[in-house]
Amino acid sequence: MVKRILSSKRQTMKNTIDINTVKRMAFLSRLEISDSEAKEFSLQLSETLNYVHKLNELDTEDIEPTIHVLPLKNVLREDKVRPSLTQERALMNASCKEDGYFKVPKIVE
Amino acid sequence: MTEYEIVIGLEVHAQVLTDSKVFCGCSTEFGASPNEHTCPICLGLPGTLPVLNKKTVEYTIKTGLAMNCDIAEFSKFDRKNYFYPDLPKAYQISQYDMPLCKNGYIEFWVNGEKKRVGINRIHLEEDAGKLVHAGSIAESQYSFADYNRSGIALMEIVSEPDIHSPEEARLYLNELKKILEYLEVSDCNMEEGSLRCDANISLRPVGTVTFGTKAEVKNLNSFRAVQRALEFEAERQADLLREGGKVIQETRHWDESKGITIPLRSKEEAHDYRYFPESDVPPLVIKDSWVDEIKRGLPELPAVKRARFVNEYGIPEQDVEVLTETKAMADFFEECVKDYNEPKTVSNWLIGEFLRLLNAEGIEIKESKVTSRHLAGMLKLIKDGTISGKIAKTVFEEIFKTGKTAEIVVKEKGLVQITDEDAINDVVDKVISENPGAVEDLKAGKNKAIGFLVGQVMKETRGRANPQLVNEILRKRLL
Repeated sequence: MVKRILSSKRQTMKNTIDINTVKRMAFLSRLEISDSEAKEFSLQLSETLNYVHKLNELDTEDIEPTIHVLPLKNVLREDKVRPSLTQERALMNASCKEDGYFKVPKIVE
Repeated sequence: MTEYEIVIGLEVHAQVLTDSKVFCGCSTEFGASPNEHTCPICLGLPGTLPVLNKKTVEYTIKTGLAMNCDIAEFSKFDRKNYFYPDLPKAYQISQYDMPLCKNGYIEFWVNGEKKRVGINRIHLEEDAGKLVHAGSIAESQYSFADYNRSGIALMEIVSEPDIHSPEEARLYLNELKKILEYLEVSDCNMEEGSLRCDANISLRPVGTVTFGTKAEVKNLNSFRAVQRALEFEAERQADLLREGGKVIQETRHWDESKGITIPLRSKEEAHDYRYFPESDVPPLVIKDSWVDEIKRGLPELPAVKRARFVNEYGIPEQDVEVLTETKAMADFFEECVKDYNEPKTVSNWLIGEFLRLLNAEGIEIKESKVTSRHLAGMLKLIKDGTISGKIAKTVFEEIFKTGKTAEIVVKEKGLVQITDEDAINDVVDKVISENPGAVEDLKAGKNKAIGFLVGQVMKETRGRANPQLVNEILRKRLL
């Protein structure tokens, strides 16, 4: 639904997120995307961002940046050890494991 | 290298000495089986909520105060995003623009001159897990992840680029480690990875102010490695620049066995951590009263202690340097001086015999059986003539081995000094008759011969004779 509404305005929107930015974000997020997807996401992300840009109309001169959405501060605990999971429980949901380790494809630096 | 100035900045990661991790209650104990110290929080399972360990905040502030930093009135945590299997959440909880401590410095001596290095910031963050590889990393097909270390609290201490030689870098680290140990906020064990260091180094023509392009050097596992790696890297960059080349901004890996740095294939073309505020950890408001309370708990710091030892005990600076190398040694010294008020003598035994034995055994002062009472007790026996200074070395070795008091060792081994003139005369008779040549030499005016004869008497009595008395008797009899 949202996609359709945004798409209908597509022609009038400015591309604030270009295709290279999309490709870079995909790379950083380890996502594989095709050129046509990159083009599509560029338009969609630009539309979303442009929509949110409406907030820039507000004067926020004297407003402190929101660092946390709840009025909480100094939530601290004492330095006490609590029981951990057993090794078996920790690895229970791992699709690949060996000798108590999580086994993952080697990442070459 | 006279035409270039070396510019070095160091980033030190020190494990904060707590029992539990920074955001969960898992143990920080070293050496557990893989993944035994993990829970849904440090494994980064969805829906978990980290809760900050109070002690990690206090220890970081304590370190900031000891390094003359401004302590933030308001501080927060941020997410540093990167994808790597040692990081189960795919982000590290760290601090970006509002660290706990800023703008400090530490001071130390370099070739008799006081050097000040600025501390840009100290912030608190969580450690990542450890990846191990079966066989060599090149042959291995898989990485094995152990998350016991994931979520252990680290302080990152970032220096200003105020360091201008590899030697200064080593001395800076030495002082920094000493401060952390005195504060008891980190055990600084490089082998167990509780102290790690990365170095940024660049060169610029002498007299210029613009920074050159820097390289970051990693895998520095000892202070010696830091100095060697920086010496190599400075030369490498100087050679490049002299030939009209350019230094590339990159991360380089120190190869300890080859003694060279090699470029690390970067996992990302450029670091882009996309920091944003950590919404699961509420910010910190740090009141003056809290900082004051922490300040009251600060111990005497190494630099202050060094100055006091020189003034109060009249000990030479080089000796004080050794004596205050660890807080344990400094405390041992002061305890001992309370029982035996001759600081110089106590100091000589500590940095001489005691340190020699500790090093030979490869143990720390706290692991040794010798207490300050033991040493004081033995020094009293030397002073009242019960044992000779020479025999005391044997006695001390025995105390070191067994943990027995000097009195007991002396009694058990029959090491009481012989001060009875008749007893010594008997031995002197024997030595004179057995060494006619030396006796002739002495009579002929060769003073060296007396030393030989005294030595023979000491040998006969297994070191128990009072050497001054032996000397006197020999002179009386032969001259």
